[in-house]
Amino acid sequence: MEILVCVKRVPDSAENEINVAAGGADICREDLVYAVNEWDNYAVEEAIQIVEREGGSVTVVALGDAEIEESVRREMAMGAEQGLMLVDAGFAGSDGLGVATILKAAAQKKRYDLILTGAQAEDGAAQVGGMLAALLDHPYASLVNKVDVNGQTLRIGREIEGGSQELSDIDLPCVLSIQTGINEPRYVGLRGIRKVASVEIPVLNGADLGVDLASVGKAAAKVRRVDYFVPVVSAGAEMLTGSTKEVAAQLVELLKAKGGLN
Amino acid sequence: MATQVFVLIPHAAGKADDAALELLSAARAMFPGVTPTALVLGAGADQTAVAQEAAAAYPEVWGFSQEVLAYPNAELIRPLLLKILPAGAVVLLPHSTLGIDLGPGLSVKLGAAYLPDVVGFDGIDGSLLKVVRQEFSGQVSAHVQADIVKGAVITVRSGAFQPAQPGPAAGTVVDKSAEAAGLTARRRFVEVVQAEAGDVDITREDVLVAVGRGIGEQDNLSLVDELAEAMGATVCCSRPIVDAKWLDKGRQVGTSGATVKPKVYLALGISGAFQHLGGLKGSPFVVAVNKNPKAPIFQAAQVGVVGDLMELLPELTQQIQKAR
Ligand SMILES: Cc1cc2nc3c(=O)[nH]c(=O)nc-3n(C[C@H](O)[C@H](O)[C@H](O)COP(=O)(O)OP(=O)(O)OC[C@H]3O[C@@H](n4cnc5c(N)ncnc54)[C@H](O)[C@@H]3O)c2cc1C
Repeated sequence: MEILVCVKRVPDSAENEINVAAGGADICREDLVYAVNEWDNYAVEEAIQIVEREGGSVTVVALGDAEIEESVRREMAMGAEQGLMLVDAGFAGSDGLGVATILKAAAQKKRYDLILTGAQAEDGAAQVGGMLAALLDHPYASLVNKVDVNGQTLRIGREIEGGSQELSDIDLPCVLSIQTGINEPRYVGLRGIRKVASVEIPVLNGADLGVDLASVGKAAAKVRRVDYFVPVVSAGAEMLTGSTKEVAAQLVELLKAKGGLN
Repeated sequence: MATQVFVLIPHAAGKADDAALELLSAARAMFPGVTPTALVLGAGADQTAVAQEAAAAYPEVWGFSQEVLAYPNAELIRPLLLKILPAGAVVLLPHSTLGIDLGPGLSVKLGAAYLPDVVGFDGIDGSLLKVVRQEFSGQVSAHVQADIVKGAVITVRSGAFQPAQPGPAAGTVVDKSAEAAGLTARRRFVEVVQAEAGDVDITREDVLVAVGRGIGEQDNLSLVDELAEAMGATVCCSRPIVDAKWLDKGRQVGTSGATVKPKVYLALGISGAFQHLGGLKGSPFVVAVNKNPKAPIFQAAQVGVVGDLMELLPELTQQIQKAR
């Protein structure tokens, strides 16, 4: 099975306090810690496990600037044989459809049986996998939390409301977006990263991919972010202040009063 | 702009989802003066009942009844919508696991703009629609603008719009089942496996201590257990704790976990993503502890503490033990 996994380098929202930059044109990016999008690690792990069972190979692809190399190498260190970087100044500012258009071109460079993405990224749009499937005219399933290979079809589970699992059969080739919890992504140590440090990763631009730069990037985007802002909220929480001892004492009183001590 | 607006009515077991009326509000807010059409896809008596229910609120309902539509499979619904929707249509879907499955591909096939997980409306100017979205788990909001001259697919977050009041007169149901004949897909629904019940039923507890990724390491969970024991409370958690297999799925609060209705909810190291808060109902007294003053959980809490769990938890446990 030839598997392509699309990964994204994002500011890690669990590690960072995200602030809006002056004027709202962007968030403050100076001190942000970047990481591979959480969902994508599960997608790469699932691809590697499928290949360990069924044979084949895993290719990790990322789109962005030169910085994405770090992310691609990290995911390769998990056990993906090949990497692919899609870098072109003309790609900047693409909307979801633009990103999917570029990934489609990369996906057509070779015959992939299965294409995986994370279920969503830090912007919560959860869109690129479904768009890529539509552009390729492949069947699609989102929020996948189980994959079993049965010849030319997969028995997949989708996570639905309440945590129930919807089982379906889907024909290959297909695109799946992977939900967290499907597996336990393996740990990547420094040794693993060193092992793939010298593996050559092809870098493709718009011309290499045959992507018409007029169809992607900022100018082609149908959907645009106008600005970032912090919403004006009505009440919000009453914030307790003081030393740890003082805060704890206030909490004890509040919990007592509200029936929080059984 | 002359736009035709359609709302896909989500339903289960013969009843429309709460989203049906929230989507009607969203449609009215974004496209005043346009009469939205409800789409009810399903099979048998369930489909009939939901179409009737939808007609109490929507002036026009298009009904599609076919055996294959008994369970909502996005891979079947997408080609059906492509066939029946007029050019330039705007489609509203819930940002649910069905909306996420259906929406992105539908927008591509329709050649329409895609606006996912919309939480608010900010105006329309000609064919430019401006909406509000959130990014970075709700830490910041963004105004997003889309050119909808070729239509739009919009998924709306649950709870973002107040449910609409049903209209005065009952609407009409147009039976379009024939158009849904012969649908096939390369993804075939098999069955739904219900989530397993856990060792405790957190949905029945009055006092919950909820732990999130901010606890850092599995070993630190003992601090949370000790606090919960001192309080006489039950431990529940956010999703990453279950993904890491530190606690059972039965203890997860949220849209893909349990819906709880406690009196007191202590949120420890939880950022407050909408999928987590979606499982917290009944207006409990929420106390949040988080090291990040910007964490969205503070918007949902009555009382907040900006601080490190590792320092606060042992102290709090000790003081509660003394207070008893
Ligand atoms: C379809 C779908 C369904 C989902 N369903 C659910 C669901 O049912 N339930 C659910 O919970 N999530 C669900 N999620 C995931 C959700 O989007 C969030 O990713 C998740 O809720 C984040 O969990 P968290 O708040 O524990 O972690 P994070 O968002 O990583 O937050 C950790 C917080 O801890 C704080 N922190 C870190 N260290 C400390 C410290 N030492 N002291 C104090 N604070 C600290 C940080 O500031 C941060 O705010 C779902 C996602 C999807 C896509």
